Amino acid sequence: MKKMLSGNEAVARGFYEYGGKVAVAYPGTPSTEILENMVQYKEKVKSQWSPNEKVALEVGIGASFGGARTLVAMKHVGVNVAADPLLTVTYSGIKGGFVLISADDPGMHSSQNEQDNRYYAKFAKMPLLEPSDSQECKDFVGLALEISERFDTPVMLRTTTRISHTKTVVQLKERSEKEGLTGFERNPSKYVMVPANAKKRHPVVEERTLRLAEEAEKTEINRIEMKNNEIGIITSGIAYQYVKEAFPEASVLKLGMSFPLPMKMIAEFAARVKKLYIVEELEPFIEEMIKAAGIPCTGKAIVPRCGELNVDIVRQALSEISHAPQGEEKADTALLPVRPPVLCPGCPHRGVFYTLNKLKAVVTGDIGCYTLGVQPPLSAMDSTIAMGASIGVNIGLEKALGLDFSRQSVAVIGDSTFMHSGVTGLMDAVYNKGSNTVIILDNRITAMTGRQENPGTGYTLMGEETKEVDLEALAKAIGVEHVRKVDSYDLKALKEVIKEEMERPEVSVVITYNPCMLIRRMNFAEKKYKVNEDKCINCGLCLKVGCPAVVKNEDETKSHIVESLCTGCSVCAQVCPKDAIELV
Amino acid sequence: MNDIKNILLVGVGGQGVLTASEILSEALMLEGFDVKKAEVHGMSQRGGSVNSHLRYGRKVYSPLIEEGKADIIFSFELVEALRFSKYLKEEGFIVCSNEKIIPNSVYFSQVKYPKDPAGALKTAFGKKFYLIDAVNIARELGNVRFANVVLLGTVSHLMKISDTSMKKAVESMVPPKYVTGNLNAFEKGKELAR
Repeated sequence: MKKMLSGNEAVARGFYEYGGKVAVAYPGTPSTEILENMVQYKEKVKSQWSPNEKVALEVGIGASFGGARTLVAMKHVGVNVAADPLLTVTYSGIKGGFVLISADDPGMHSSQNEQDNRYYAKFAKMPLLEPSDSQECKDFVGLALEISERFDTPVMLRTTTRISHTKTVVQLKERSEKEGLTGFERNPSKYVMVPANAKKRHPVVEERTLRLAEEAEKTEINRIEMKNNEIGIITSGIAYQYVKEAFPEASVLKLGMSFPLPMKMIAEFAARVKKLYIVEELEPFIEEMIKAAGIPCTGKAIVPRCGELNVDIVRQALSEISHAPQGEEKADTALLPVRPPVLCPGCPHRGVFYTLNKLKAVVTGDIGCYTLGVQPPLSAMDSTIAMGASIGVNIGLEKALGLDFSRQSVAVIGDSTFMHSGVTGLMDAVYNKGSNTVIILDNRITAMTGRQENPGTGYTLMGEETKEVDLEALAKAIGVEHVRKVDSYDLKALKEVIKEEMERPEVSVVITYNPCMLIRRMNFAEKKYKVNEDKCINCGLCLKVGCPAVVKNEDETKSHIVESLCTGCSVCAQVCPKDAIELV
Repeated sequence: MNDIKNILLVGVGGQGVLTASEILSEALMLEGFDVKKAEVHGMSQRGGSVNSHLRYGRKVYSPLIEEGKADIIFSFELVEALRFSKYLKEEGFIVCSNEKIIPNSVYFSQVKYPKDPAGALKTAFGKKFYLIDAVNIARELGNVRFANVVLLGTVSHLMKISDTSMKKAVESMVPPKYVTGNLNAFEKGKELAR
């Protein structure tokens, strides 16, 4: 049977078809849908969200040691969080097949950087597979599990946004079980990485990498597509598709396995063509290794290193062979209003950022929907670096600038991000006698990635009810003496509480609560507001809450609320000086 | 290569752009084409600019449509149609819902929402621009939620996609009690293209 599947759906399907048993992740664009789609196979596959990528990877290690075929998925920056266990499990090796999905985001559609995680495969000394479409996503998961077991190593399968989020036609198969991998067997020399054991494992890893290089020569996912012998292009992943479309007559070496490289195959291909190019997205990962082997080639000298590639960019980059006209003028659409991502109508974060703007607070921010609080008109975020960083950065600013600064400053962090890696920062604040104010924006969900459950929501990925982390009790247990909860739609209370806590020369936590408006299981009251035009003086204050539902009327003489968008959160009504915004 | 068709769907988060693209791609797969559908999700659930690239033919490589290569721009909002009009090929069509969604950004920038985006599109593209009053048509058919299927009717007629596949795709993707209403909306949209 054929089906249109995204790369993420195909990874999930592949894991099911090839006998996968345990799948673990922390949500992160563009990887999130892998686990969301795994739930449909719950009869055979146990899936779970972990609180962060490090824990997810460790759960995966345990599952593999127990003999289960295991998948762990995360976005590129998630691998930074999981890097500690990753760089040692490649020493210990595995038991049940272990595939790590690293979903990279060239072009930074929804990320803070565009690091190229293929270097992690080389760094950690694990084989690397790069699929070019959804069919390959599915097939490569099976291959990754097989290589993993045959070579006793975790395998990285690296996708990119255009692979993860593009649907292509996939041929489905039945599931086949993997037999003979049951139970945990004690083996301290393999599983206990104390120095004496790790020293013995390192040469094993080096020898394994040599054998994997031999495998790369033989595997059918590395293949030469010979056309004319003028031009040869070595490529991988999504770049392969752009190359095939831009240069149908060029000879291509497609690398499905790009670490370790099939150096003999590459040398043979290089000898068969007059000019050799390397076309890869982001870093010169493949190019560097080929050049180090003494094979002349051209890559990043002409192919951009920043952002995504596409057919046009590839054609322009290789203009010496494509004869593409360069620097063509494009139609001017610069005078259209921008439509950046914004906080949704009714978003419980809106009032908090409106308040922080009014208080002129210096806001150390974090990663989530609420990072959108940086945009005008809310304009209330001053730093965002990484998951959980808001609290540490706030502590550091206070260390550098003292209590007076701290009185004007807050850290903001979402519920899911707090549990991911903010809680250790809060411990630091208390332990080192800070006076930081930490606002936990508790919207009862991991929202930005599309509403996933987390340890605070009371539900698991599989849809079962479970215990909820009590954020208030947790903060108190750490030693925070001042923990206050505020209704995030109550502007007056927000202002009072946040102001008081900013001024307090001790660590305090303000939990602003209200669920994300998009959580399906919630029953939100049907409420709408409208503008009473007799009262509206067109002052525009309501527009400063930055809600997509609040606009001006056709002739721009009054404010207007788009009925279909209004959720009745009342934030705009509270800022109106004339009480002109009324319940319908 | 020339047998590849490109449909670029654009609109605003929350309008149903991705669902419409899903229905089209399902129908095209049923037609036996190689199909690729590329979009980005993750940031912003509502209110941001959204697009979906849909390509089909005997063999499709790149999932992304190049500027100047779209056979149809299928837009759910007028300014988004203008924004992406550079993707249209010479002989292509624009099918656009008669909807204006004003972004909050216009109140805090020099760049305003254009006064008459439909007029601008009509001037630039003439008969190649199909302005469809989809929301009102859907309201007359009994449910504003049918609006996107009205537009799908127009697009599938212009792209000569078979009715059988389109209807099958619509049936497989909408709740059973709305199937009849949606199929009526689909027929209405086709009529508008003739």
